[in-house]
Amino acid sequence: MATVSIRNVRKTFGSTEVLHGVSVGIEDGEFVILVGPSGCGKSTLLRMIAGLENISSGEIAIDDRVVNNVAPKERDIAMVFQNYALYPHMTVRDNMAFSLSLANMPKSMIDQQVQRAAGILGLMPYLNRYPRQLSGGQRQRVAMGRAIVRDPKVFLFDEPLSNLDAKLRVQMRAEIKELHQRLTTTTVYVTHDQIEAMTMADKIVVMNSGNVEQIGAPLELYDRPNNLFVAGFIGSPAMNFLKGTVANGAFRTDDGTTLPLPNASPGAEGRPMVYGVRPEHFQLSGDGLPATVHVVEPTGSETQVIATFAGTQVLCAFRERVTAKPGETIRITPTQALSHVFDAATGQRFVA
Amino acid sequence: MDATVDVGLQRLNFVRAPDTWVTKLFDYKPFLVFLCLLPSMGLLVVFLTYPLGLGLWLSMTDTTIGQPGHFVGLENFQELMDDPVFWMSVTNTIFYTVVATAGKFTLGLWLALLLNHHIPFKAFIRAIVLLPWIVPTVLSAIAWWWIYSPQFSIVSYVFVDLLHWSDTYFNFLGSPWPARWSLIVANIWRGIPFVAITLLAGLQTISPSLYEAALLDGASGWQKFYRITVPLLMPILAVALTLSVLFTFSDFQLVYAITRGGPFNTTHLMATLAFQRAIPGAQLGEGAAIAVSMIPFLIAATLLCFFGVGRRKWQQGEAND
Ligand SMILES: Nc1ncnc2c1ncn2[C@@H]1O[C@H](COP(=O)(O)OP(=O)(O)OP(=O)(O)O)[C@@H](O)[C@H]1O
Ligand SMILES: [Mg+2]
Repeated sequence: MATVSIRNVRKTFGSTEVLHGVSVGIEDGEFVILVGPSGCGKSTLLRMIAGLENISSGEIAIDDRVVNNVAPKERDIAMVFQNYALYPHMTVRDNMAFSLSLANMPKSMIDQQVQRAAGILGLMPYLNRYPRQLSGGQRQRVAMGRAIVRDPKVFLFDEPLSNLDAKLRVQMRAEIKELHQRLTTTTVYVTHDQIEAMTMADKIVVMNSGNVEQIGAPLELYDRPNNLFVAGFIGSPAMNFLKGTVANGAFRTDDGTTLPLPNASPGAEGRPMVYGVRPEHFQLSGDGLPATVHVVEPTGSETQVIATFAGTQVLCAFRERVTAKPGETIRITPTQALSHVFDAATGQRFVA
Repeated sequence: MDATVDVGLQRLNFVRAPDTWVTKLFDYKPFLVFLCLLPSMGLLVVFLTYPLGLGLWLSMTDTTIGQPGHFVGLENFQELMDDPVFWMSVTNTIFYTVVATAGKFTLGLWLALLLNHHIPFKAFIRAIVLLPWIVPTVLSAIAWWWIYSPQFSIVSYVFVDLLHWSDTYFNFLGSPWPARWSLIVANIWRGIPFVAITLLAGLQTISPSLYEAALLDGASGWQKFYRITVPLLMPILAVALTLSVLFTFSDFQLVYAITRGGPFNTTHLMATLAFQRAIPGAQLGEGAAIAVSMIPFLIAATLLCFFGVGRRKWQQGEAND
């Protein structure tokens, strides 16, 4: 159990800088997810915590001890790799026992630890198998087993579920979360799947091209995205954006439609702004604004409608069943309290 | 649509003539298998079985060049049993194979490990490593012959004329043990590229993330080498070892070009002795008998290498529980 502090960390490969000063504080026992589009530097940051990449500038500390110059094996961390990196020539038992035997732990204690980990992960029947004799999900569990036998201070996961099929991914997601609740070991988990991030994390770090865009609890990011990037990245289906300006205490879109503002924002008067509203925050209402329906997609629990609204194509998700045909007009309105306004120039959330 | 199907069926029925003995024969599976194997069996017979059979036959005759021989049974082999030169060639061959193979694999593995890291001028070094393999053996043998020459040796020149460490030129090939070691050095030099390049290919199949995982698991450099690299390299090592032992055991060119078995037949390998007796000595039967006596050694060495270090349970295609 440990805290991890990442302070203004930069990483350069040759002459290109891929992390531009990242700072994240991770509490003891927290499940933190690094999420962001491909190539934004998540793996690089994780590998820097592990000690597999050196730190170009800034500091990483585990439990108040700065580890910039500490060898990986002294950091007391365990990592689950995206491709699992199981030793193909060792049985499941030996894979899990490897680190303990290198630490010269007595044989009986190694056995005990391996049994414990195998019990937690349901790997008992497979202890004598080789990795090639296991399914993807079982291999994934062995990789986790190899991490938990050591009882490390911090777990690092690099996209551990990306090689699994959709159904198994959902199952393993729950298993990892449950495992964390049971062991309460500080965990840093990398993914590019925002649903994984939303469902598993205590705290999400949204990254974009080498910068941290926002750090917060999943629902915090959903409710109050700091900027256009986070607004568009968190939540599925993604938030709709409408361009316009703030005039007379209301939002006026480029085609002249007036939308209600979530809060009075006098300072925004006259500046170009972006109005954001999530698909699920549109409501059908008789006195709403007209929207021309293009596509209706009933999923059972909700109905998704693609429509032109205030001159922009938007996606709406209604709890109600919508019977409108393409080409027809429905009347909808954004929920006032749940919409967002961003500064078009800076992309930052506009707070009055 | 139904109509076309009907027509098709009718046509099928129509074509299906009553079985003749030809169709019956071709429908008979063993015959078909035999027929399909015929081309490759033919090649094997012409290029492998015939020469091998001829060798075996010759070894049991008293054929000399220009004179068809008579069957003499195992007489040639009995004579070899009492032939000290033959026995020396056997011990020479075993010594030569064991020492040279050990040398080749130690240096080859070391080079492969070096080349598997990021080092400057990697491509250049790799090209240089391949050189001994590319140069025709006879050419390199002649080069070594010059290096070992009593009068023109560059080694002697360096030590005597440049460094003044010694007064007399070395006589590398003049006495048995220096000559044997000289041959082994030349053979190691010649064999390193094969070992280094093969093992390098093997090293490159090992995923770097395994080393990263081992690093996090707390393995030192040495532990990574013998707990990850060596076991994962074993399958390819076994193949390389088998081939290398076979090449070395049956080596002819280097020895024949450098020493011709001399001084006084003390550096003969079985292959060079067989040739010596059969062609310059004209005793075809006896030469063939020596060559045939290599076969059991070769089979034993192959089996040992292949089953000793090859085939691991964790590899594909083998059940273990
Ligand atoms: N060894 C390296 N040398 C040079 N550039 C690198 C190296 N490793 C990563 N990069 C660059 O650093 C950036 C971040 O890479 P990283 O692997 O951290 O991305 P990521 O966020 O994990 O993406 P993904 O979701 O695709 O795994 C990328 O632009 C990549 O090209
Ligand atoms: Mg990555």
